[in-house]
This record gives sequence, C-alpha cells and structure tokens, in this order.
Amino acid sequence: MKAIEVKNLVKRYGEFEAVKGVSFSVEEGEIFGLIGPNGAGKTTILRILATLIKKSDGEAKIFGLEVGINDDEIRKIISYLPEEAGAYKNMTGRQYLAFIASFFDGKEILQRGIEISKLGDRIDDKIENYSKGMVRRLLLARALMTMPKLAILDEPTSGLDVINANEIREMIKRFAKEGMTFLISSHNMLEVEYICDRIALIDAGRIIEIDEPEKLKEKYDAKNIEEVFIRAIK
Amino acid sequence: MSLLNIVKKEVKELLTPATVLPVVLMFIIFAGMGNFFGEAAEKAKEMPKIGLACNDDGNASKIFVDVMKAYCNIVTWNNSIEEVKERKGFALIEVPSNFSSNIENFSKAGVKIYWVINDIGIANAFPYETIKNIIEIAEREIANNILEERKINASFVSNPINEEELTVFKEKEIDVSPSVILQFFSTQSTTVPIIVMIIILTSGGMVITSMGMEKENKTLETLLTLPVKRSNIIAGKIMGAAIVGFIIAMIYMAGFGYYISSFSGEKIDLSEYGLKLDILDYVFISLSLFSSLLAGLSLCIVIGAFAKNYKSAQTLTLPISALAIIPMFLIMFKGFASLPFSLKTIIFAIPFSHPMMAPSFLLLDAYSIVVAGIAYSFIFSLICIAIAAYIFKTDLLLVGMMRNGKKLFWKR
Repeated sequence: MKAIEVKNLVKRYGEFEAVKGVSFSVEEGEIFGLIGPNGAGKTTILRILATLIKKSDGEAKIFGLEVGINDDEIRKIISYLPEEAGAYKNMTGRQYLAFIASFFDGKEILQRGIEISKLGDRIDDKIENYSKGMVRRLLLARALMTMPKLAILDEPTSGLDVINANEIREMIKRFAKEGMTFLISSHNMLEVEYICDRIALIDAGRIIEIDEPEKLKEKYDAKNIEEVFIRAIK
Repeated sequence: MSLLNIVKKEVKELLTPATVLPVVLMFIIFAGMGNFFGEAAEKAKEMPKIGLACNDDGNASKIFVDVMKAYCNIVTWNNSIEEVKERKGFALIEVPSNFSSNIENFSKAGVKIYWVINDIGIANAFPYETIKNIIEIAEREIANNILEERKINASFVSNPINEEELTVFKEKEIDVSPSVILQFFSTQSTTVPIIVMIIILTSGGMVITSMGMEKENKTLETLLTLPVKRSNIIAGKIMGAAIVGFIIAMIYMAGFGYYISSFSGEKIDLSEYGLKLDILDYVFISLSLFSSLLAGLSLCIVIGAFAKNYKSAQTLTLPISALAIIPMFLIMFKGFASLPFSLKTIIFAIPFSHPMMAPSFLLLDAYSIVVAGIAYSFIFSLICIAIAAYIFKTDLLLVGMMRNGKKLFWKR
C-alpha cells in the first residue's frame, strides 16, 4: 500500500489557485521531499494532507484513507510539525510531551519522547526558557514519539544552527530506517538532497519534476539540486 | 478523556502567575481600601476632640457646655489653641461672657469656633461635620429651654406633625419609607452587575487570548492534527476559561465585597416583607449566570477564531467589553423597567444582561423574564457553538477569509 497517493490535487481561494493539479505518491518507509521557493504551495499541500485545510479538487489518500472523508482515522496515524511551530510556554518539556501522549494509547510514548528530545535534565524546565533548537528538538520528539506511520514535517530545520539541524536530519534518517514514512517540505535544497529518497520540485502550485536527487542531477547535468531547480523552471 | 486533557491544558496555560498576580494585587488594593474606609467610618463614630473655653456662667451657656460635654471629648478647658493642637483636637470653641444674657434678651448669642486642621484627606472631614451637628443639638436644647420656661410644650412645637409612612410595594403595604426599599434594590443593582461584568470580561478575554496565542505559536495546528474531536477542543477551551475566569472572579469578588461592605451602614432586613431570595431563586440566578457565561464564552470562541495572534486577540476583546459594560451601566443607573422599548430590546439581546438583572427580577417575582433570559442565553450559546464548530471544520480558522487569493482577514 502506498503511504501517500495524491492525484490532481487542487486548492483554490476564490479564483486563485494555490495548488494546481498536483499528483505524486510516496512509498512506505520513504523520505519524500517537496522542494520549492516560498509561496510555491508546499505548506498548502502539507496542510491538506494533515487534514488541516480542505482540498478544492482532486484526490488524496494516506495509507488508503481518503483525506476529507476519513480525517479522524488519518489523525491517528499521522503527525504534523508546522514550520516555526512553538509549544505551550507555561508547560515544562515533560508536561508538553505528556499532554500530547495523553491522546494516544501506550505508556511508553512519553518515555520515548523524552529520549528522542535528548533534552536531559532540561526536560523539566519550562519551555519558555528553551532555546530555539531545544524547542525544535522537543517538537520533533512530539511528532515522532507516537511512532506515526506518516510524519509530515514542514521545514523541519528552519532557523536552526548547523549542529541542531544536523541532529534533526540524522534523527529523521534513523526513524525512516525503522519504517516510518516522511513527507518533508523545505526551501533548503541541499538539505533535502541529503536526506530525501525522492523529491518533487514545486513551483507556482505545480510539480515540475519528481525523482531521486541523483537522477535529477544527472538529467539536468547539475552539481546540486539548486542548479536542477533553476534549470527546471527555465 | 481528551476533553479533560484539553481542559487541564487550558487551565495550566491560563492560570499563570502573570494572570493571577494582577488579580491578587487588585484584591489587596480593594481590601486595603475597604479596611481604610472601615477604619475611617469607625473613627467618625468616636467623640470629636475639642477645646472649650467658657467665659459665661449663665443658664444658656450651662446647657451649651452640658451638650458639648455629652457628645465631645473636651481635651482642654483653656482658651489655648496650642493645647488643642497638641492634643490632636479639631476645634477650640469660645463661649463669650455675654452668651446667656444675649439669649435671655432675645438677641443672638455668638460662639467663636477656631477650626484646627490636623491632616488633609476626605476621611478627616468627618469630625468637623460632627462638631457642627453637635452645636446644632445644643442650639435646639437652648431653644427648647426658652419654650419650656414659657410653659410651652417644646417637643410639640419643634415636631407638630406625626408622619406615618406606608409604602405600597409588591401589592403589600409596608411601613418603611420608599428610600429604604430603593436603597436595598440599589445594592442589588450595583454589586451584581459589576461581579457579572468581571466574570464575563475575565473569562471571555481568556478564551480570545488563548485562541490568539495558539495561532501565534502554531500550537493550534498541532492540536487540530491530533486524534481529538473538534467539539472537544471547543468545549475544552470554554470549560478551561470558565474555570480560570471563575477563580479570578472569586478573588475579585472577595476584595470587592470587602470594599463595598466597608461603606454599608446598618443592614436593611426586608425579608419579612417578602423581599428575600429563596433556594429556587438562587437556582434561577445560577442558571442565569451559567447560561450567560456559556453564551459569552461561545461568542468569544467565534471571535477568537478570527484572532491572528496575541496582539490582535487583545483588540478583539473590545466588543466583548462593550457588550458587558453597556448593560452594566444601564442596569446600575437606570434600571431595566424605565428604559425605552428600543433599549430594552438591545439589553435583552445581550446575554450578559440577564444575570445582572435576575436578582432584582426574582425579588419582584418576575419569573417569566428570568426564564426567558435563561432560554435566550442557551439558544444564543447553541448558535455560537454551531458557528464555532463550523469555523473549526473549515479553512477559516487557519487561513482566514480570502477572495481571489487576496486576504480579507489574514492568510498564513
């Protein structure tokens, strides 16, 4: 079964089309990246798949469950990490993870979350005292501790320093090896090239290329995905 | 279970030192003011300290001195302003040597009063008024004595009419003046609206702020992708804000109640005339408050859905403040019954008005309008909750209103 199947997905705001008939599919255990500049429609696609906003047209399925119809079931098997998301500042890291874990079955979830976050003793500090990197690690732990079948991460390393960003990339790769499927959006093309099995280049609401990073580089005779993107949109 | 988790989270997020501290501070200020006014009122009951220098030994001056001795604390009998000042007296009264002879000759007798201001402030004005009233008592006593000497019944002359007061109220004749009854109702129509307004403003502001903060921190997006029903998120937010709002209102009420009680003089008990609330009335008041709070918080959820961030949430609390403050002032100063029909309709349409008016209506046995208010508030709540549920299920909550790609409210 495909983890994600999207066919002719459209999102309109009045007469404006933010997403213009996008189609792609993601295999189970795959890290799939949506790459494109700001305003290309990446976050809109992620939000539709995360059941946050409604599609205007087309079809989207997550592990066979139809988005817009089986939303309650979909929310049990996915997790979504929005770009630049925060957490409840008056809670400690532990309290925040416990709050999220309380919506799922399984006593081990909280402990797993604490381990993934790698916050050590700081897990019992208030979130308002965390650095940006610590908050992002906590949020990623929140997204992964429930062991979702699909993790949708919007700009997972946005605004982080090199060390924190690298830690998060390694974590994503480790969980993918264990069978978790990832749908990642980023405008950092070098990052996506490094962690994604396959990528879709998206521009102005349309997918212009889908393939493995190496094959795309070969096709466009480019040194990196940035060059691929520039040549593809010409 | 998920509802309880949301409620607990809301309470934890809203009940912070930053929200509680200003309220506790207000409590301390109110309590402190109440204490101050209470002490001032007690002090006003004390006999004022004066100096009395009497240079006359006639009959009238004797009456004058006797009255002053009975009602004042004479700190010195010497004609010394310094001694009065030293002993914290408020006045030195000098009775001249011709005081009694002038009165006996039907000529006005004079006394000289040297006022001493020891301290400034409203509370310090009481003793001066008291001393003037005591001098008036002495004047009456001297006048009565003149009449008695001429074999005239002084008490009759000074009070020849016997007033028998009967106030028709609630189809009963009550032997108290209307001002006593109106004072009783004015206490009801002042305290209750203020308390209701505080509860509505506090809880309502919290719901809107909570929505604004959730959007600003993008925690709402996380919450909406969790396996939890939208209705539980809405109910959890309403219940959490209601609990915190109630706790904060209780702290306010304790301070405000203490402050108000420091002003009230003798308690008026009109229960023997049927002017009391029984258990059923309290059930109605509770229902009225609950339905009104539910209506207010449901409306706030709808309004809060349009908050983009914390800052815009603060602005969005303004309509709620207006809806709570307008009926409060109208009910406090005018009363519902004396309003024109158009204003009555507006006041009835604002759900917050009903618990403000309920105690007075119940005292007047006007149950139908209280029940109508409760029913209206519940219907209002249901409509708001339905609108909120619709907004939570659509894109409106996260992307706002858009037309042709352009934002009407906001887009993230």
